[in-house]
Amino acid sequence: MKKIEAIIKPFKLDDVKDALNKIGVTGMTITEVKGFGRQRGHKEIYRGAEYQVDFVPKIQIGIVVDADLSDKVVDVIKETAKTGKIGDGKIFISTLAEAVRIRTGETGSSAI
Amino acid sequence: MKKVIFISLILVLNFALAWAGDEPATVESNRTAIDLVQTNADYVWTLVAAALVFFMQAGFAMVETGFTRAKNAINIMMKNLMDFSIGSLGFFAIGFGLMFGESATGWFGTTGFFLSDFKIGGDPWVLAFWMFQVVFAATAATIVSGAMAERTKFSGYLIYSFVISALVYPIFGGWAWGGLFNGGGWLEKLGFIDFAGSTVVHSVGGWSALAGAIVLGPRMGKYTKDGRIKPILGHNMPLAALGVFILWLGWFGFNPGSTTAANKDIAMIFVNTNLAAAAGCILAMLASWLKFGKPEIGMSLNGALAGLVAITSPCATVTPGSAIIIGAVAGVLVMFSVLFFDKIRVDDPVGAISVHGVCGAWGTLSAGIFAIDGLSLSVIGVQLLGIAACFLWVFPTTFILFKLIDKTIGLRVSPEEELEGLDLAEHAGNAYPDFEVSSYGGMVTGSGPGSALPQTALATSKQVEAS
Repeated sequence: MKKIEAIIKPFKLDDVKDALNKIGVTGMTITEVKGFGRQRGHKEIYRGAEYQVDFVPKIQIGIVVDADLSDKVVDVIKETAKTGKIGDGKIFISTLAEAVRIRTGETGSSAI
Repeated sequence: MKKVIFISLILVLNFALAWAGDEPATVESNRTAIDLVQTNADYVWTLVAAALVFFMQAGFAMVETGFTRAKNAINIMMKNLMDFSIGSLGFFAIGFGLMFGESATGWFGTTGFFLSDFKIGGDPWVLAFWMFQVVFAATAATIVSGAMAERTKFSGYLIYSFVISALVYPIFGGWAWGGLFNGGGWLEKLGFIDFAGSTVVHSVGGWSALAGAIVLGPRMGKYTKDGRIKPILGHNMPLAALGVFILWLGWFGFNPGSTTAANKDIAMIFVNTNLAAAAGCILAMLASWLKFGKPEIGMSLNGALAGLVAITSPCATVTPGSAIIIGAVAGVLVMFSVLFFDKIRVDDPVGAISVHGVCGAWGTLSAGIFAIDGLSLSVIGVQLLGIAACFLWVFPTTFILFKLIDKTIGLRVSPEEELEGLDLAEHAGNAYPDFEVSSYGGMVTGSGPGSALPQTALATSKQVEAS
């Protein structure tokens, strides 16, 4: 099993979700995060004082899939989350040791 | 003893002095005094009402921000601030003269610019009357900011705001109300009934809103290519509801204040106003319940406003029973109107076109249908004429205005600005800095436990690429 964490631009979430559903991904967890890489933040003003906001809001999608689906998932995310502009995000893939479905106690592939 | 005599002398002198100034009361001096009390009361009522109508600006601001996303909240506040401020100055400089100045033709006024009717030491009634009228002009102007919310360039909006207060609103207003001061409009001479402005104020705002929404186009992600309508959720229903309550309160100045006189007529106007609002609210709630399966807050709020807008024209000339019917019809009408405009892909985030334009027209018509004097086809005919004249003046004029603004400085923000939010893009601000509003992309979410992710419409990648 592989765990795929993708950090994407928030407005891309619906597109990525729909595209993943189409290839058989049945669940995901998302987190609101803030971060920066090469994308700069921006300046804001408050009552005459300027301040810099470095962190840019992003969405982190977490998916666990069988290893043979992993490449397909990464490709789909790469394609649908891309805008071509700085700040598109990153995908991290790791191997998962175990997964458990709480309701039934199933483990492994049947827990995904 | 000397002290007693001295004090008694002082007292007698005082009494003598006091009475020396009083002429014996005559019928004439009594009449003058009574008239003065009535005049003073007229001033007090008119200006208290003007203050109530001013407070409707707060109502509009809250409704508009409640029904739109958090990332645009500062922008909505700025537009509302400017609507009233620019409106005040525009109406002072130009609008009041066009609307209420002496009019040879009955089509527009030519005197009274920059409040020239007022002379220091002269009759201040013009000031009270102007104050009352300027808050009405500002009401018409601010209706439009709701329909154009979340994608309008601030600079472009400011230009529109000045033109509507200085030109569009006063011209039609003069046709219907010029005779209230120095003017005399052709429409009022035909007997057009619009006591507090269902057409003069609300339809003028509503049709301008329609023009603006059409020229702007819908918000990104609102309508999909395959014809679906995706809801873009407002960020604060309590603020929206607060706004409606404030508007309802302000309307108690809007309608009864239009007597500009302190007399018993205001009682029935108060009652009619309230009953129509209540009926509109209930019927809209019931209609939403039947249509969607649950009583829905947005429609219910719009329903109350629809009732208020509708009763604005007939409020002085219909019975309370009729007021209920008029408000009830408006409540149902507004819901179907909102659905209609979405179907033809005119994006109106707050329902301004339906509440003010459509229900303003209904209210004006109802003044003819439910007139206490009885049903008369010629009266209804004049009402229809007024409704049409308003549309034919306001819609093309504002459409051209918005097109001109669009072609010159631009009316709509760029897609990137629309996605990151106007607060940041136009004002370098953040209305809710303590909240992790992940809105820089179109999706509004709140942080904290239990905050559900909204089913918000998001821009499709194609829309962004295409920009």
